[in-house]
Amino acid sequence: MSTAQTNTRSNRMSAGDFARDYGVLVIIVILLVGLSLISDSFLTARNLLNIVNQSAPLAIIACALTLVIIGGGFDLSTGAIFGVASVSAGWIAVNMDPYMVIVAGPLIGLLLGAVNGIIITGFGVHSFLVTLATSLVYRGIAILVTDGSLIPVRIAEFSWLGRGRIGMVNYAVIALVIFMIIFMILLNRTTFGRKVFAVGGNEEAAILSGVRTNLVKIMTFSLCGMAAGLAGVIAVSRISMAEPQAGTGMEFEAIAAVILGGTSILGGAGAVWRSVAGVLLMALINNGFNILNVNPFFKDLTTGVIIVIAVALAASGNRRR
Amino acid sequence: MTSKDIAVRVQGVAKSFGGTRILNDITIDFEKGSVHALVGENGAGKSSVGKIVGGYYAADEGAVEVFGQTVTRFSPRDALGRGIAMIHQELQLVPELTVLENVFLGLESNIRGFLSKGDLERFHTLEKTCDFGLDPHTRIADMRIAERQKVEIMRAIAREARVIIMDEPTSSLTEDEAERLHQLIARLKAREVTVIYVSHFLDHILANCDRVTVMRDGHVIRTDEMHGETKQSLVDSMLGEASEISWPALPTPPARQYAAAVEMEGVSTQTGLSDITLKVRPGEIVGLIGLVGSGRSEVGRALFGADPITAGTYSINGIRQDKRLNVRRAIAQGLAFVPEDRRKQGLVLTQVTRPNVSLASLGSIASFGFINKARERERTQRMIDHFGIVPGKIDGEVAYYSGGNQQKVLLSKWAVEKPRLLILDEPSRGVDIGARQRIHEFIIEMAAAGVAVLLISSELEEVINLSHRGYLMNDGRIFAEADCRALTVEDALNRIFREQGSAPRSKEVSQA
Repeated sequence: MSTAQTNTRSNRMSAGDFARDYGVLVIIVILLVGLSLISDSFLTARNLLNIVNQSAPLAIIACALTLVIIGGGFDLSTGAIFGVASVSAGWIAVNMDPYMVIVAGPLIGLLLGAVNGIIITGFGVHSFLVTLATSLVYRGIAILVTDGSLIPVRIAEFSWLGRGRIGMVNYAVIALVIFMIIFMILLNRTTFGRKVFAVGGNEEAAILSGVRTNLVKIMTFSLCGMAAGLAGVIAVSRISMAEPQAGTGMEFEAIAAVILGGTSILGGAGAVWRSVAGVLLMALINNGFNILNVNPFFKDLTTGVIIVIAVALAASGNRRR
Repeated sequence: MTSKDIAVRVQGVAKSFGGTRILNDITIDFEKGSVHALVGENGAGKSSVGKIVGGYYAADEGAVEVFGQTVTRFSPRDALGRGIAMIHQELQLVPELTVLENVFLGLESNIRGFLSKGDLERFHTLEKTCDFGLDPHTRIADMRIAERQKVEIMRAIAREARVIIMDEPTSSLTEDEAERLHQLIARLKAREVTVIYVSHFLDHILANCDRVTVMRDGHVIRTDEMHGETKQSLVDSMLGEASEISWPALPTPPARQYAAAVEMEGVSTQTGLSDITLKVRPGEIVGLIGLVGSGRSEVGRALFGADPITAGTYSINGIRQDKRLNVRRAIAQGLAFVPEDRRKQGLVLTQVTRPNVSLASLGSIASFGFINKARERERTQRMIDHFGIVPGKIDGEVAYYSGGNQQKVLLSKWAVEKPRLLILDEPSRGVDIGARQRIHEFIIEMAAAGVAVLLISSELEEVINLSHRGYLMNDGRIFAEADCRALTVEDALNRIFREQGSAPRSKEVSQA
């Protein structure tokens, strides 16, 4: 892994740096060991693949959101875009062509994300405020599309995406892996990725180096919207039901996962794979509670406490600039 | 001397960061009412000593005594309680608040917690001591760095500090402003205030300090009375071996009829430039000579397409530029700009050396948007070797580098693909002597290789000695052109002051 993710490390790696870069992996390993000791049914290929499969839509969003956050932005509208893509996917699958959905869903997400980016850069408003507002608008659109009702989508030509599998591996898992690899390459091997790091790390320096910073930002938000669209399509295909409220709260889960992965909320540093690890960590906690049959109240509490610890550790490794 | 006359005594202090020892067995006595200079190359540890006295760092070993009492808790707040205030290289003010609010931050006149009148009066009393001519109601965000520094100093005096640590106080001041700062220091001294003066400017130190401690590699080399010291004696101690303060020989300038790399005629901008006419030829080093606020940096920015031109004509390589000129187009035509604030405008400190070196020329190491890492590494290594960047790691953490090495990384960004015009704004500010000499050699190298160089520096000696030709600037205008080989610093200053006296003022000039 000779990537820009390793760039954030150095020969003099402090405890904080280590916590930021690998903390999420360490906690995952601890949970894996702990849960397999407690329960026989945990450490099976089926259960683990199931966990990944269920988190695939969220993980896809987290991959793309990582780019937005590294670029110094913030996106609160991914849940709403997920909702718009869901109902649009349902409507298109039922009224038009089920195969068209695979292209149309991400494309709609891309457009909505581009709108975010254009408003943010065009008016120079902070992305937090813009996406907070557009998330309400997008959610409203989602409700308008279906008139507030659900759209059942029981079409074999469509549900293969969410439910089909090769051997034991779901298509959704394969889609996630491909998506993650593409985003890792995008971030670490391309000039675009470099520019994202530069825009988030020091926007003025990027401008004075000839980087079209606004274009870079618009692209990160567009990619994030596209990911939310794709995630929406996969989710609808899986449950055979499109609902306008789908994805409510998902934007916060995605942000939490990215932060758990040690990506700096200040921008300029981070890695895609760690955000996916962040999603899996949250899914593991979930799964652990199900297996142990503990009061689900403690689930959110535990996740929250772990996020606080992760952020505190990362902050101690981020004292520079 | 009795211990009664000692304001601050540092005894056997050591400090490490992440396994690297930055201070070893430091013992210094700072006498009451004396101006004590700390000198040394960047990384010698002089700022760190200041930060330990100021409470920003805790000493790992040894003791710090303030007015006879041993310090047990290190924090800026505790230090302030003991009468010690530190004025930083990077100023610590609240940009959204006014001068008045910043000066009395935490000391506001109040009645049981509710703000009351009286601050303005206290401000005027302070102003009598300081004589800075600051408007109490200006927002810090709207002020220049030099003026912000005055606010910091007022803040320290408002807290009745008995020891004031000044870290590079004159680095962003004009000669005139520096002179006024030194007059203020003399007044503070008369009030028994101790000043710890950390600086690179040996002239200022020689003229204004009573005692000096020379440091090298985290050790104290010697502490002596200033009387009898010379620039050379200080430099010798700093470097550890005799070394000349010298200026490199300039390459032969191009013939006058040689076509210009850039040419401006009657250019004005919204940033305060008016009627700027200049040209820089390939192989020529042209200096902009003026005080802070005269518009030097603004000329650099306008040439680079960073600020739009509102009137006049501008040609790059003989091609007339239009309204669409921007940084991107300027770079595409071979322009390079090293801005004055390397941390804020130059480097991406969240990233390591390699991406910083590549940022302005990603196109030439990529195909179809994919970066050729082998080529990038090779190129970065070449720059590290060329400039002697330390640590010489391709993926070194620039954020932790010394000022000089950070500056070399920034220069690498623009040297890695040879530019046609290189604009350098304060290329040697806040760097150590070794790095400074290397940077000067680099400027000569570039000119010798046929690059047109525009040099901007607040240090008149530097810009005059390194330029073939210079433009004298005041108040956003070029008022004269000079052959730098026949110009002295005194000459230039006199002409600038004369110009200031005669020129009609279009706006308030800070150094008037």
